[in-house]
Amino acid sequence: MELITPSSVWQTGTDSSLLDIFWKIRVPRVITLFFAGIGLALSGMVFQAMFRNPLATPFTLGVSSGAALGTIVHMLLPLPFMFWGISLQSLFAFSGALLSIYIVYGLSLLKQGFSSSTMLLAGVAINFFFSSLILFLQYLSDLAETFRIVRWLMGGADIVGFQPLVTAAPFIILGVGSVFYFRNELNLFTLGDELALSRGMPVKRVKIILLFIISLMVGAIVAVLGPIGFVGMMAPHICRLLTGPDHRTLSVTTLLFGGTFLVLCDTFARTLIAPAEIPVGVITALLGGPFFLWLLVRNSSAKGFF
Amino acid sequence: MNESIIKINKLGLTVNGKSILREVNLRITTGDYVAILGPNGAGKTSLLKCLIRYHHKFSGMIEIFGHSIYSLSQRSIASMISYVPQLNGTTFPFTVEEFVLMGRYPYFSPFATIHQLDRQAVDEAMQHAGVIQFAGRSMMTLSGGERQLVLIAAALAQGAKVLLLDEPTTYLDPMHKSRLYALLQRLNTTLRMTIVLVTHDINQAALHANRMVAMKNGTIAFDGAAAEIMRKDALETIFEHEFTFIKHPENEYSIILPES
Repeated sequence: MELITPSSVWQTGTDSSLLDIFWKIRVPRVITLFFAGIGLALSGMVFQAMFRNPLATPFTLGVSSGAALGTIVHMLLPLPFMFWGISLQSLFAFSGALLSIYIVYGLSLLKQGFSSSTMLLAGVAINFFFSSLILFLQYLSDLAETFRIVRWLMGGADIVGFQPLVTAAPFIILGVGSVFYFRNELNLFTLGDELALSRGMPVKRVKIILLFIISLMVGAIVAVLGPIGFVGMMAPHICRLLTGPDHRTLSVTTLLFGGTFLVLCDTFARTLIAPAEIPVGVITALLGGPFFLWLLVRNSSAKGFF
Repeated sequence: MNESIIKINKLGLTVNGKSILREVNLRITTGDYVAILGPNGAGKTSLLKCLIRYHHKFSGMIEIFGHSIYSLSQRSIASMISYVPQLNGTTFPFTVEEFVLMGRYPYFSPFATIHQLDRQAVDEAMQHAGVIQFAGRSMMTLSGGERQLVLIAAALAQGAKVLLLDEPTTYLDPMHKSRLYALLQRLNTTLRMTIVLVTHDINQAALHANRMVAMKNGTIAFDGAAAEIMRKDALETIFEHEFTFIKHPENEYSIILPES
């Protein structure tokens, strides 16, 4: 196996297939994962603040599995990937993501005083429901389709070229923009609806806008990369320990950390058992599982994150 | 000169099918220091929560500074009314200064950084509440009494002329309790703030507030001076409980004797 050194990329006379690997596979993949990491980490940060729960993420709340279900339905139907310049797969993912968040949020409107932990449980239930539907669809598919679905579910499905990034980036940028626009509101969310309202924040409106934009962003990322878990939960917690709970700074550190973290995980995924690749979702979950447990233990002893 | 700043007319509230408030009529004027008493479940907290539009599906009418509460933005309500909720042991991960600064939210703009005026208001509020010495400490390390004062500081930073408090003294020791009442007195007399205080601390309320309102079964059962409510028949009807009174040794007030 030949190494692509930094200097060889700029030199003339380098094997053109190596250059192709660098420019058409490595570079787009790193940039796409950096963007995806940003989006996933920030979405976790927003959900944790909004639900005032350290375990709330698009993953635990069923948004990811909703998006995954949408994507898989699209994979199984005889539909084109693009339709009039719009990625149909993304549209299906959006629908799934929005459906889950609509159910979770709709439940909270049914009854006043529906606590955020109940909402989280509802999300977990929806997560299970959609995951079972995915299993059901897998069961119905043939072997080749099943393999495609399983590989995609592991996350980080092989990215070639800039098309995936072009599809997802607008939604990630929209999400990042809204996080910075609502940085003060995110702080107020962590105080609870009552205090946030009394400080003058239109809680319901901000909640709906953020849920919508963040779900779109998660849908867009899941559509191109598969449901990559745990980045959304871990990154904000680590950053909270590093730079404190104030979202005016936390947003910046979470953004940088999330992007870097996913790129590093992917580097491990590519090199750990090279030339074979481990799906990046496997790596993040391997790191995330123990972290999740540590968080639970820590959380029961400390006074809670919010 | 003493105009009504809060007018409540025939307020009714039903939450999850249960009637919480009915036919509540109340006027609060500038400079009032109102204590709201009443048994548990009488609707005291719900009344305060209607005033900050936490409950928004009520019947009847609430006017704040002459505007219907429905016509106001959440932000403009916050610039007129600040609120200190029940503590319930909730802690926040922020430092005292960060927390008080969040009280300036009504004046924040999404595109601007924190203004010098906001810093100034935060300092003043912390000074008033006597919490400036722990500005840099985490809210999680404060005692219940200190935290209550910080909550009031944050409400003061909001710059509203009306301050609503929901059982602020419940978890406080005698020293912090007395500091809190002294603070409220100062805010009322020096800063001319209007204070509305929900409390079970009947004696303290009678000694400090200039007006007593009692609620029972979701409606106003009494509205008048402390001297009128601190009578056996009046209080016993409201609380359905027997009280023994004695005269305060330093003034002419009747106070409730603790039960033996």
